[in-house]
Amino acid sequence: MSGQAKPVRLLRNLNAKIAAVPMILTTLVVFVGGTIWTVVYSFTDSKLLPRLRWVGLDQYERLWSTDLWNMAINNLLFFGVMSMTFTISIGFLLAVLMDQKIRFEDTFRTIMLYPFALSFIVTGLVWQWILDPGMGLQEVVRRMGWETFSFDPLHDADTVLYGLLIAGLWQGTGFTMCLMLAGLRGIDDDIWKAARVDGIPRWKTYLFVVVPMMRPVFITTLVLVAAGIIKLYDLVVAQTNGNPGNASQMPAMYVYRYMFTAQNLGQGFAASTMMLLSVLIVLIPWAYLEFGGKKRG
Amino acid sequence: MKTFKIAALLATVALPGAAFATELEVTHWWTSGGESAAVAELAKAFDASGDKWVDGAIAGGGDTARPVMISRITGGDPMGATQFNHGQQALELVQAGLMLDLTDVAEANNWKGVINPPSLLDSCTVDGKVYCAPLNIHSPEWLWLNNKVYTDLGLAVPTNWNEFVATAPQVEAAGKIPLALGRQPWQSNLAFGALTIGVGGLDLWKSINIDKNMDAAAGPDMLKVFQAAADARKLAAKSTVQDWNQATNMVITGEAAGQIMGDWAQGEFQVAGKVAGTDYTCLPGMGLNAYISTGGDAFYFPKLADPEKEAAQKRLAALLVSPEVQVAFNLKKGSLPIRGDIDMSTANDCMKKGLEILAGGNIVPAGDQVWSPDVQTQLGDMQGQFWSTDMSPEDAQARYVEILKSGL
Repeated sequence: MSGQAKPVRLLRNLNAKIAAVPMILTTLVVFVGGTIWTVVYSFTDSKLLPRLRWVGLDQYERLWSTDLWNMAINNLLFFGVMSMTFTISIGFLLAVLMDQKIRFEDTFRTIMLYPFALSFIVTGLVWQWILDPGMGLQEVVRRMGWETFSFDPLHDADTVLYGLLIAGLWQGTGFTMCLMLAGLRGIDDDIWKAARVDGIPRWKTYLFVVVPMMRPVFITTLVLVAAGIIKLYDLVVAQTNGNPGNASQMPAMYVYRYMFTAQNLGQGFAASTMMLLSVLIVLIPWAYLEFGGKKRG
Repeated sequence: MKTFKIAALLATVALPGAAFATELEVTHWWTSGGESAAVAELAKAFDASGDKWVDGAIAGGGDTARPVMISRITGGDPMGATQFNHGQQALELVQAGLMLDLTDVAEANNWKGVINPPSLLDSCTVDGKVYCAPLNIHSPEWLWLNNKVYTDLGLAVPTNWNEFVATAPQVEAAGKIPLALGRQPWQSNLAFGALTIGVGGLDLWKSINIDKNMDAAAGPDMLKVFQAAADARKLAAKSTVQDWNQATNMVITGEAAGQIMGDWAQGEFQVAGKVAGTDYTCLPGMGLNAYISTGGDAFYFPKLADPEKEAAQKRLAALLVSPEVQVAFNLKKGSLPIRGDIDMSTANDCMKKGLEILAGGNIVPAGDQVWSPDVQTQLGDMQGQFWSTDMSPEDAQARYVEILKSGL
């Protein structure tokens, strides 16, 4: 070999590239391929088994004229907005409290983060029991003497979403807190010193200096929370299973129900395609904000 | 040394003999007390015949179990045999060639001659070939009452739905829940179906569900059924349990006065040691129209590569329909046998009522036999909404007609 031949670009880091092949294939075949397949079959009248008999947009028309689906979307919107607002605000508040150089910070952080280690199934079941009027919170308070105390959010169509929200917040805020805390710790001490020299109150420094500086952390948290909300499924299945009536139905449950129980794959695919669309609506602007414009180093 | 060799030789010969019992995994969703007692009878009979029953119970009811079963069959991990309801649930699996053809078993055992009503065998037949073994008949149109609740209040035990509704205020005043109802959609759907036969009558039911007459579905007679359902909704307002057997248990313990549930509720009363007629009362067809629909369970056998297993599958199919198994299983399950030529004299009051109705031919096909799972699921969702909100009967009826039209 003369040594003059330019190294072929494709062969640079060959070992690393070969090692990445399985992952690339998995992504292409399982994720991208599966997604495309689902979208394609959502335009067919597949029942129990997939078949290519085109029906155009029929599945989507039926989907959007179904009460259950519209109700699920409304539930998700309500839950999403509430959950987003509260996780982020409570998470930030907790992080600020944690940031006051308190004693036993590690202990508190561990306690706050523990619920996140539990799966949604466990969270859902635990809160189903806590909120059960016969053996949970209501019963405890009644036994302490308040005989008329009544707290039964899960069996009332108007309040069931709040019951889910409590469980969701209990599980998720600790994680948000940790992200925020990391963000707060990333703020240079000099900023604080400067603010103190200028005589700016602490709360003003937090709100007008630190929060704007933490923009990337907020955006990441927002995307993580939003993506989690759209695919919300196991928490609801475990806690209420869509009851009472359809008052806590979620889009992901509709997808499962129509794909498997109703043996109507086409309808389920149409619903999951709509869910994909909504995830993309969240993800694309984020990816653009995070990666667009900047050159990768 | 010599004896050792002989022993070794014997062992090698004997081992395959011991392993001759073919194992078949059987999946089903029978997990409540009465149900598992019944399924144990099947396992016992199959084991006694020299094969091995491997139990694959899936908890959570049919809506949970069926997707698991179907994905195992379509995903290439078929079980030896599996439960489905009579009707269209497994139709596409049969059409896709995934199920074992049982025609030779059916002919050898004269299923055509013994299975009654014949509509059950028709449900198993696709293109002239038999693909499932019917096991039992379950009718959903029953009203179950706790006698003690009424006698304690000095009331006569109601003999039909109208009397039940009329006495409900007194029951409620005594601090009891008049009607127990589990909060899963299929139970609301079942209660509605029972009210359709009971309040609406057979002709209405047939013209909507068999002749698919949409004008009848939108008509004033059907509106009456929706109004009756709205009454029932008020009576069940305080019932917050989920599973059907929890609701049945409320009736057994006297916490609730009655429940609309299929005849499988019978098994729960039996396990609790209650006696039909004295402790509890059952009213087929809601006591108004003594018709029952012939839904129920059938076993399907997915195609397997192993010919030995296939032979075992056919042995199991023949066994399920055999008279002895029919009697043993159905007595425990509280369901009706699928053949009329066996002795059910040990059956209790409630089952005898059912047998009489069956012998009299006052039967209609089950919802699963006349509508696809897609329509059934939509109806369940709609009923779930109707029973838990204050949706008006008129709105519900309009939605009902729309759903039925999607299945035409």
